Amino acid sequence: MTTTIPAPRTPRRLRGRTNTELYAWMFMRASGVLLVILIFTHLFVNLMTGDGINALDFGFVAGKWADPVWQVWDLMMLWLAMLHGTNGLRTIINDYAERDQVRLWLKVGLYTATTITIVLGTLVIFTFDPCPPDAAADLLPSFCPVP
Amino acid sequence: MTAVAEAPVAGAIPSFQVTLRLRRFNPETDTEPRWEDHTVTMHGTDRVLDALHKIKWEIDGSLTFRRSCAHGICGSDAMRINGRNRLACKTLLKDLELHKPITVEPIKGLAVLKDLVVDMDPFFEAYKSVLPFLITSGNEPSRERRQSPEDRARYDDTTKCIMCAACTTSCPVYWSDGQYFGPQAIVGAHRFIFDSRDEGAEQRLEILNDRDGVWRCRTTFNCTDACPRGIEVTKAIQEVKRALLFRRV
Repeated sequence: MTTTIPAPRTPRRLRGRTNTELYAWMFMRASGVLLVILIFTHLFVNLMTGDGINALDFGFVAGKWADPVWQVWDLMMLWLAMLHGTNGLRTIINDYAERDQVRLWLKVGLYTATTITIVLGTLVIFTFDPCPPDAAADLLPSFCPVP
Repeated sequence: MTAVAEAPVAGAIPSFQVTLRLRRFNPETDTEPRWEDHTVTMHGTDRVLDALHKIKWEIDGSLTFRRSCAHGICGSDAMRINGRNRLACKTLLKDLELHKPITVEPIKGLAVLKDLVVDMDPFFEAYKSVLPFLITSGNEPSRERRQSPEDRARYDDTTKCIMCAACTTSCPVYWSDGQYFGPQAIVGAHRFIFDSRDEGAEQRLEILNDRDGVWRCRTTFNCTDACPRGIEVTKAIQEVKRALLFRRV
């Protein structure tokens, strides 16, 4: 017959088991490494290869986004950079905003801005069309087929 | 042969004037802390604590600070000396820049009670909450609990803690957010988590996995710099993080 004696002191701040902070910490490390690769390859391809910086124009971006590889590449950069930055700001708010109300509203603002940016960016990457059929002809770039 | 070289007087210790700029606060009369300068004659072998003693015993008996053993073991006299957390009893005056006043303040992040004395209760509460005692199951052994030297070495560094609060009160996260456990509590937990005789590691790791646990550490190394015992505090915190990630202790 054994009896279980509970721990002499119940920890004061334990709010249920959750690994949120652990995952957030791991995400920062993983996304940081990925972002270094993604961003520097992005910069190299855009600025160093071919005609380098002189090749950058509307047509260049349109050409890149016609390729699924660069679509996914830019999508990953967008999502990872936004989430990485948002999580960083979240920890700064947690560290330095002392009042609960201030904390809450700063985070509401942060998450709203993040959501809008991610949704808008994702939408643009996947629905981007350099030659929309119903646009005025003088607004279209030169490489669009003349209707 | 009678010529005897004139030797300097044995035991003569160079003395010098030193100005201490003390952060004073008397809760009965002051609304705000204030600075107070005292210039005293000290010797090359004296520590900041000796200067404080001289001021208290000879100039102003109302100066209030904690000290007990005065030899770097009890951990009572941690204070902010020239902006760095140190023990007054381990800081030699001659190692400081004496041409300008030496500032002495209470440690930051804990409420000042009087002069250099702060309320240590939140600090000890954080330490208590990581269960800093041996947790075992089963029957008590009839002999001592044995441990190999290698297993003992695993947590040797964190056994050196004297709970002076120099690390915790040098941590910027602790200054701005009183909810964080602070480096010392994590050091205290580390000492038992990595002890092969202890069985409470899982419980303590779960406590430190909390929102205000190890993940709030920003690895600024302030704690490692501040520790008067030379404990690699930041390393200990990272080891707890690693143990949490891989759950192998």
